Amino acid sequence: MSEITYLEAIREGLFEEMDRDENVFCLGEDIGVYGGAFKVTEGLHAKFGAERVIDTPISEAAIIGAAAGAAHMGMRPVCEMQFIDFISTGYDMLTNYVATARYRAMLPCPMVVRGPSGGYVRGGPFHSQNPEAAFLHTPGLKIVYPATASDAKGLLKSAIRDEDCVLYFEHKYLYRRIKEEMPAGDHVVPIGKARLAREGTDVSIITYAATVWKALEAAQQVEKEDGLSVEVLDLRSLLPMDDEAIIATVKKTNRVLIVHEDTRTGGVAGEITARITESAFEWLDAPILRVTAADVPLPYSPPLEDYVLPQTSDIVLAIRKLAAY
Amino acid sequence: MARSATTASKSAETRHGAERANSTTELTRAQKLELYYYMRLTRSLEERLVNLYRQTKVVGGLFRSLGQEADAVGSAYALDRTKGDILSPLIRNLGSMLVQGARPTEIIKQYMAKGDSPTRGRELNIHYGDLVRGFIGQISHLGDMVPVMAGVTLSFKMRKENRVGLVYVGDGATSTGAFHEGINFAAVQRCPLVVVVENNGYAYSTPLSKQTAAKQLVDKAIGYGIAGEQADGNDVIATYEVTKRAVDRARAGGGVTLVELMTYRRKGHAEHDNQSYVPAGEIDRWAAQNDPIDRYMKTLRAEGFEESEIAAVDTRVVEEINRATDEAEASPMPDPTDSLVGIYADPPAADALWFREGIKSAVKEHERPASWGTHDV
Repeated sequence: MSEITYLEAIREGLFEEMDRDENVFCLGEDIGVYGGAFKVTEGLHAKFGAERVIDTPISEAAIIGAAAGAAHMGMRPVCEMQFIDFISTGYDMLTNYVATARYRAMLPCPMVVRGPSGGYVRGGPFHSQNPEAAFLHTPGLKIVYPATASDAKGLLKSAIRDEDCVLYFEHKYLYRRIKEEMPAGDHVVPIGKARLAREGTDVSIITYAATVWKALEAAQQVEKEDGLSVEVLDLRSLLPMDDEAIIATVKKTNRVLIVHEDTRTGGVAGEITARITESAFEWLDAPILRVTAADVPLPYSPPLEDYVLPQTSDIVLAIRKLAAY
Repeated sequence: MARSATTASKSAETRHGAERANSTTELTRAQKLELYYYMRLTRSLEERLVNLYRQTKVVGGLFRSLGQEADAVGSAYALDRTKGDILSPLIRNLGSMLVQGARPTEIIKQYMAKGDSPTRGRELNIHYGDLVRGFIGQISHLGDMVPVMAGVTLSFKMRKENRVGLVYVGDGATSTGAFHEGINFAAVQRCPLVVVVENNGYAYSTPLSKQTAAKQLVDKAIGYGIAGEQADGNDVIATYEVTKRAVDRARAGGGVTLVELMTYRRKGHAEHDNQSYVPAGEIDRWAAQNDPIDRYMKTLRAEGFEESEIAAVDTRVVEEINRATDEAEASPMPDPTDSLVGIYADPPAADALWFREGIKSAVKEHERPASWGTHDV
């Protein structure tokens, strides 16, 4: 078995699921003959045809709404947002229609909405977004955001098989930068379970997506330079969130740093902080710290983007501050 | 803009390459009487709901389709229930749901927020559905059901099923992005979908002239490259026929049709709405000159239906509504903790918040809202 990239892992997951279940189909903009803006769906059209790999008009509300209608009828649609930034034009469909369907009308919506997310790619304000916080607040949706190639594949397969709508955010910075050998067989990763990316005893970093790698870099650096042992918890799933794994790492190190690439105010870190203080306050030896993007629309120019987004050096600084508290 | 009661009574107009069907209907005598039954049931059921509303037994707002019964019933009647056709109604399409098999007891329980209503007290009024009987519950966001029904009918096409879908929108919803995206996508995919635009002149208080600069809504079909037809929505037979042509076209692989049904909303947006924005005399004129049930009763009599046949339908309707009311009134309210069940397939229920643990009910008495925004005047 050879190593494949994060992007190839997503594609492999799509191929396997479309092969396994004829109800699975893809729809999105330029995903067919062209293979998608990032070529995630390359080859699907040739293998499965235009009926199951549907090129749509530029209509995110129609893509998501039609997926919901087809899902009611037993299909398993996988929607691609060309960039996840455009999911906001389908926000009404997702939050009002899809998320409520099972509860208000007993209508199942087994569907996936996936798309290239995140920054560090000089994409500017509309090709770099991390939209998870906007949907974390919506009961009825599930959210996953893998950091590794094998999780990218395993979580996609789980998302497609899930009985409810899963928002599957894939980090475009990781698309071709990381490689991994896929586990053999039908590799599925359960939704709602975090992954311990690194074990440690002094400080816990709770994070997800691209910043998992920055957290790991920072952990290595402080181990070498300060002799600190840092644990890194990769959440993988944000909704539902793995409270058990979060509380376990808090109780182990008693010092918590939460890192995410998304902006700060109203971000996922605030929710995690609240959960920790509600159920493990007495285990904390220091205030919970956050390293996040600044509260600005993400700018394009490299000096600006690098200043706004969390960097490894920021994480190092935060670890040292926590360890010294 | 004052609306004339007679403008909508012109006969079905064929547009944009649609074939004009034979104007003689193939409906049997029993079917014609059934159309009357569904229209009468719609009106009488809503009148019963008004009584329950005034007795404060309806918890939320009450939405009437007075004067629009023909367009809902006639259009839904054009679907084939034996083939598994599916429709998605709007708030003034109670009649279409009754045609698909919705029962008065379900409707009354929904309005009374009962625990054994189809949505177990989660959703209001006629917002519910049943895939088996062929109707899908709407949400309040107008236009959103168009993309959803595009997807439902896309699944028919993908699975090579001989089924057709129908989605209702009002004149107001044609201004939404979802309407545009949904009908355009369905048109491109040639989905077997009928989009019924029920033009009743008003969206809440907004007249059509403030909704669109288009001369008529059926003209929008040209832009989507689909067939479009307009018909008198207060003539149940015309409504049936124009929709039947669209349904047949969809089933034959001819894609989407936009059907504009001209009608008039004689009641306010909901029961609380005093209709202060309606020009004087307009409602009375429609009631006197263009009531769809009055018109259809004239047609039936002219075709030789006996008074006793019509009276028998009226009696059946009253009995059904009386039974339904009794059953709904005797139904229990929901168990408060059922509010946590069924957000996801897995987990099957959300955990109770810590301050509700071990508590069965949040408050001792349930308050009703005084009104929905505007009080009756």
